[in-house]
Amino acid sequence: MEGKIGGKVIKFGDNVNTDVIIPGRYLVSIDPQELAKHAFEPLGPEAQQRLWSSQVVVGGSNFGCGSAREQAATCLIGAGVKAVVAKSFSRVFFRNCINTGLPAVQCPEAATAAADDGEMWMELERGVIEVQGKSFRFAPYPESLKQILDAGGLIPYLAKYVLPARQPMKA
Amino acid sequence: MGKTFAEKVLARAAGVAEVRPGEIVDVYPDLYMSHMASWRCIRTMEKLGTDELYDRDRIAMVMDHISPAQTSKIADDQRLCREYAARKGIKKFYDVNAGIAHVVLTEEGYIRPGMVVIGTDSHTTIYGAVGAFGTGVGFSELTAAWVTGKLWMKIPESLKVIIEGPLAWGTSSKDVMLKLIGDLTADGATYCSVEFHGSYTEGLSISDRMTLCNLAMEFGAKNGFVRPDETVRTYLAGRGVAQGQYSEVHPDEDAVYVKSVTVDGRSLAPQIACPHAVDNVKPIDQVAGTRVDQVFIGSCANAKYEDLVEAAKILKGRKVAAGVRLLVSPASKEIVARTVKDGTYSILLEAGALITNPGCSACAGDGGVMADGEVTLSTANRNFKGRMGSYNAEIYLGSPAVAAATAIRGVITDPREFLRRD
Repeated sequence: MEGKIGGKVIKFGDNVNTDVIIPGRYLVSIDPQELAKHAFEPLGPEAQQRLWSSQVVVGGSNFGCGSAREQAATCLIGAGVKAVVAKSFSRVFFRNCINTGLPAVQCPEAATAAADDGEMWMELERGVIEVQGKSFRFAPYPESLKQILDAGGLIPYLAKYVLPARQPMKA
Repeated sequence: MGKTFAEKVLARAAGVAEVRPGEIVDVYPDLYMSHMASWRCIRTMEKLGTDELYDRDRIAMVMDHISPAQTSKIADDQRLCREYAARKGIKKFYDVNAGIAHVVLTEEGYIRPGMVVIGTDSHTTIYGAVGAFGTGVGFSELTAAWVTGKLWMKIPESLKVIIEGPLAWGTSSKDVMLKLIGDLTADGATYCSVEFHGSYTEGLSISDRMTLCNLAMEFGAKNGFVRPDETVRTYLAGRGVAQGQYSEVHPDEDAVYVKSVTVDGRSLAPQIACPHAVDNVKPIDQVAGTRVDQVFIGSCANAKYEDLVEAAKILKGRKVAAGVRLLVSPASKEIVARTVKDGTYSILLEAGALITNPGCSACAGDGGVMADGEVTLSTANRNFKGRMGSYNAEIYLGSPAVAAATAIRGVITDPREFLRRD
């Protein structure tokens, strides 16, 4: 989680739902690259082209509302997105981001200041976002979430830390 | 200081004396539900290189989202689940004939008061209907629970919704929820545990409780909850679950809520959620007359036995408008059997309905999709762009009574035109 991440911004409004992020018909796949081809398909090819050339997805309030589909996070990873910044997140989408290793940052001020096609850079460790020459602060992740993100998601985290140290299980 | 339902039930599942909102704890859920996502969990287990489960009896798999399989890829995924369940001795496995996971598991008596249930489906909130804490997670998290038995949870703040009844004539639990979602907006309860209180909830049917808790997801709730009472105990007893097999959790009288909202059900009118957001809600008189191509009575929100009976009451002796498709997808096999037995099934069929096998059906885009420019009035819980076929189609949401009346006229219709005052 050290160092700066970010790049070009694609900006959305409030209540972007997961059916728009990745339509249900594509959930037969869990491959990030395959999913990325269909990310934001309901919004048309222009929005998709812009997504594929962006590194930061910026949302308004309640970003990722709707279905619990984890592919809403993985399709963004496949599209080359490095972080999602929003005024607020739907809770399942937020969990899915952390658990798939995609940083999701709640920072209403930065989300408001961000411009479509502009740039945004952040340091997760310090809790700082830079946008349009201004910097904004957000609460850094608690240790437990930081470990999951650092490992690249919940499953790699389990493989690396939890399974090797495991006690004998219940039947 | 008193405690809310969420504070009490999550403290218990975390094995600690007390928790406070905002605190992050490791919770040990009583049941892990996975639907079509089950194959992804199994593939994730393979990736993890482990075959060891924390407790196979807490795993429930229901093949509901695309049933029966549409493609050989899906058939292959379902075979993977079927074989895995058999190999691992997972007894709570339900195949493509069973119906929608939430309804099936409730009918089977697996969901009980005081339980914590996670599911790979956002509408897992529905389990609050029988006094359980249900919440949606992704498939990686569910797989992690298969292996470790636990997951991290942030203790939510709680929102108290007081519904005063009895409901106005011609309205239902669906109208209550649409009104609330419209008023609170899609993120009105994000991260909150939502408790339903008030005179309407006392002695309320399990079916209506399910509709309340299911739709709580649509204003962002982490879970929904109705206090278990004699109705719940009787329902469970009828499913072979005795009172000694569960331990109810009730919020304290002096529990602290972040907010309290009151809905006066006595003055309610039928409500419609308009495209393409569930919180774009209008009273029916503002959208009545809108032409539809299809009516869908289905989903975990409103395809329960009582919902089909409600629709049949209006459709009895009438016909679906020419050129309109009425699609009915009962929520479970048991519901199909009940409607066949009491004649509800025939009433729907004679009215011109196409009755599918039980399952998520058109709500999951599994059949019943729309062409460009078409319009559906649906009893489901979501009207997002592209959810039922074309990205250039529209979905309106309403109650089963609204759906029935709309199917007859071919335009969005107030069901009170067809209902007799008793």
